[in-house]
Order: sequence, then structure tokens, then C-alpha cells
Amino acid sequence: MSDRSELLSTGEPFAFDAERDAEFERLIVRYPIRESMIMPALWMAQEQQGWISTEAIEYIAERIGTFPAKVFELATFYTMYQLKPAGQYHICVCRTLSCWLRDKQAIVDYLAEEIGIRPGQISEDGRFSLEEVECLGHCGTAPVVQVNGEFHEEMDLEKFKALLATLE
Amino acid sequence: MEVKILSAKFDIEDAHLIAVAKDHGAYQTLDKLFSMSPEDVINEVKESGLRGRGGAGFPAGVKWSFLPKDLDKPTYLAVNSDESEPATFKDRYILVKDPHLLIEGIIICCYAINCHDAYIYIRGEYTSQVKALQRAIDEAYEAGYLGESVGGHDFRLDVTVHRGAGAYVCGEETALLESIEGKKGQPRSKPPFPAVVGLYDCPTIINNVQTIASLPFIIQEGADAYKAHGTEKSSGTHLFGISGHVEKPGMYELPLGLPLMEVLDRVAGGVWKGRKLKGVIPGGSSTPVLTPEEAKTVSLDYESMAEHKTMFGSGGIVVLDETVDIVKLVENLIHFYHHESCGQCTPCREGLGWMLKIVKKIIAGEGSMADIDLLVELCDNIEMKTVCVLSAACTMPVRSYLNKFRDEFEAYVTDAAS
Repeated sequence: MSDRSELLSTGEPFAFDAERDAEFERLIVRYPIRESMIMPALWMAQEQQGWISTEAIEYIAERIGTFPAKVFELATFYTMYQLKPAGQYHICVCRTLSCWLRDKQAIVDYLAEEIGIRPGQISEDGRFSLEEVECLGHCGTAPVVQVNGEFHEEMDLEKFKALLATLE
Repeated sequence: MEVKILSAKFDIEDAHLIAVAKDHGAYQTLDKLFSMSPEDVINEVKESGLRGRGGAGFPAGVKWSFLPKDLDKPTYLAVNSDESEPATFKDRYILVKDPHLLIEGIIICCYAINCHDAYIYIRGEYTSQVKALQRAIDEAYEAGYLGESVGGHDFRLDVTVHRGAGAYVCGEETALLESIEGKKGQPRSKPPFPAVVGLYDCPTIINNVQTIASLPFIIQEGADAYKAHGTEKSSGTHLFGISGHVEKPGMYELPLGLPLMEVLDRVAGGVWKGRKLKGVIPGGSSTPVLTPEEAKTVSLDYESMAEHKTMFGSGGIVVLDETVDIVKLVENLIHFYHHESCGQCTPCREGLGWMLKIVKKIIAGEGSMADIDLLVELCDNIEMKTVCVLSAACTMPVRSYLNKFRDEFEAYVTDAAS
């Protein structure tokens, strides 16, 4: 989301579940230095918890043997790490060149009118959050939208409305 | 016009599965490969004329030969699957439809450069693609094509997928290495080049997915068979991504050297809705735009693009129809590069932001003719004054729009004044 300036706390301790714990151990031996695991560990934490909390940052730092600030630095530099909870359906609309040429704006405008969210916002009921993202690499089937990471291609407004209906 | 070398298995159902891929020739080069010496492999690739398909077009075999000899350090391969240049969407077809072609290519490259640990850096947005790739890697381990003895030969190879998380700059090869090392993706000053001091300070080769995926054909069929396609200096085939205002956008594998307009008309169905052509971006958003007149004489190879003062780039072709507002397009592009600046060089971090503000001001009807000149001046002051070429990837195309479509910028100024 747009605000990447601060971390939020869950108030609960964080630890990887058994599956991710095993994945962490499987991967760390592939790298000659432990810091290479910061990005994979951030992904695992985000998959487990939906977003990255203060506790997750501290857990990863301790597990890798580095400073929390180092983990925080990467969590803020790389824009796909979510530093606060997203909506139940997190919608990413590609805003760049080919999607722009094929009218991605119609989708963004529709979301503002129908659901009342603009890029960077989450709906009041917490169901939808919207982000405008840079090129998603699906330019031949523009415009493209991701919902919770899943790609939906050739999204003209009618198709997007139909997609949205399946989420409600 | 299409020639299917890289995309030979794309239309075969379930070709992403190892059993199906093997039925259609996957991993059949390995016996031949291990009967060759690594030097022979490098020479065959040099002879094929294969050039890096990430955008720069540097000869792949020559790049490999820059590795220092007899150094007491491991050599690494980093496969660049960041594919973040706007209008580029070719590599993901390989990742999803024929990932074993990529793995086979990685084996070939690693044998040639004596590398036992390869990393595939894939952009974070490629969610389903990373799953498809990891599944294929797991299958290859299980079948013995990766691991302690590749295909039963005395050669260990481990391949690890490293996911990016939304930074375009990590497609720059040293930023990519920094990212694997667990740092912010901020490019390094060069020299030293990665072939000498790369990942973990060790000699490293970074090749694009499509470059690596071209290797099985070259080893199996030989350099001459590869050179039979394309032109003398731009050999082989390329996965072209055609997007924007055409009737049939999509990914097409074509030999290099075909006339651009013929490809747009015959392969991509021409400009959509019967509209007129306004311009063509030939190789990703960072390549200077071509006018319809220029597009008539250019062909899809490195040399012809250079003659037309643009670049072949990544093969991502964008067609602009007559309705496109060039000033707003430029705003869209600058927004992208400004957003993706890693922040370490002031001319890029600040300068691209200034350019964005000026273009927004012009669009808002508050600009002057001097602002248009100021944009050109900023381009001159930013370009080549930074560690990497991200800023130039913005200023080069922006300058081309300012030169070729200056009337559209001026119209915003005069319309506001009247």
C-alpha cells in the first residue's frame, strides 16, 4: 500500500508455522551468506500472516542473525511487502504504458464510484483494497488486474464487473 | 512468418510437465553436452551469434569468455527473470509453458562456465509463474537432471529460485546481485564487472531467460542451424511481445530482421479499429519512439534499430494509434521511472521527479514554452550521470517524444494561453 513509513504491531509473538519452518531450513543452505534469506523469509511471513508486522521483522532478524533494521530496510525498499493488512480482496491494477493505452483508468474509476476506494485505500468493510502498480508484464493481454496475486487478463470494464461480481 | 524454436512446445498440452516435455525432446542434449568440452560449448555459442535477449544484445558466448581462468573461487550463474521493462512479456511464456527448456539451458550454461550453483531471479509479481517454475525444478531434481549428478554425469548443479518483490531496478544486473545478497536493489559502479566480481564477490554470469532457453537448440542442432535464422549480425529468433493498439496483440516468435510494418500488419493484424498509426515503441518503454515514416524502413534487428537511432531492446513493441495523447504518455512513462528509481543517485532520484512535475504542469495548462526546453535540458543533465542506466531509460525515450512530437507539448501551452 502507499504508506510505507511505519511498522504496525500485532501484539502477538510471531514464528513460522511448521511448513514454513521446514522451507526456511531447506532454502538457507542454498546461500553462502545468511542475509540472502531476508527476502525469502519476508515472503514467507507475508504469506503466513497476510502482511509484515514488527514482530515478524524481529523474528526474521533473530532467525537470520542480523539487525531488525536490515530486515526493515528491505521490507520498505521492495514495494510488494505489505506493511499493513490489506483488504480481503487486494486488487492491483496495472497503470503502465500498455494497460494505460488500453484504458485501465476505466477500472480504477469504476472502483472509485462503485466501492468508493481509490488507489492506496481499503474499503470500510475491509473487503477490498486497491493499489495501482507498475507494469505487471502482461502487456499483450492488457489491461491486466491481479486479485490476491492471481492474474486476470484482457480486463475491459465489462469483464472486470463480472470478475468483481464473483468476489461479492 | 513465425518460426518456433523457443516456442516449439508452447502449443503442446501439459508440456510444462517433465514427462510430456521429455516426450518432445527435453533434456536430450545432455549426452551430447557432456561429450563436449566446456570450451567447445562456449565456442559453439559464440559461433551461433546468440546475443543477450534481456535488452542490451551483448554476444552471450563472448560474455562467458570474460570469466577469469583458474581463480580459486566458485562461479555463479544468475538467470535474469525480472522482466520488468514496460511492454516486455516474453520470458513468462517460457516459465509457464516450457520451464524445462530453461532448466536444460541452465545446465548447458553452467557446464560451459563451470558453475554449480545457479539462481533464478524472478520478479515478485509473477505469482503463478514462480509456482510453475518451482514445480519444474522439483521435477528435474526428482528425475536426476539437477542435484549431485546431472543426468548421471559427474557434475553437480543446484538451482534456486529467488523472488524479487516489486523493484524494476533489479533487472539491472548488479542490482539483481545485490538483491540476491539480501540488500536493497541498488546498482553497483562498474568496473569491476560481474564476470570478475559478481555475486558474493565471485565471478558471475547474468543471462536473460530467453538467452538461456536458446541454448538447447544451439547445442542440439549446431550454430549453423541457429544462424540459418535472422540476419548476419542478428542471428536466430526472438520472442516479440506486441501490445498497444493492434488488432492481435500477443507474443510471437519471429526470426530477427523482418520489416517492422510487415510484422505489425501480417502478424499482429495492423492498427486496431481501422485507425491511423501515430508511432511505434520498438523494444520496451525505454527505447526511443519511431514515427510512422521511420517505422516504414526499420527492420527487427539490432543494426537496423541502431541506424534509426533507437534500440532493439527487449523486443517489446508498442503500437500507438492516432488518438494517443503523447504528452500524457510521457507523463505515464516518467511516473514509472521516477517510481522505480532506487534513490542512490541524485540526478535520477530528484531529476525524474522534476521532470514529472513539469509534465504535469504542462498538462494542467500551467506550462510555458520554456518548460519544454527545460525538459530537454533536464534530460541532458540526468543522462549518463548516474551509476546505472535507469535514468537514461527514461530520458532517451522522453527526448525522442520531445523531438518528434514537440507540437503536442506546445499545443498544451498555446491552448492554455488562448
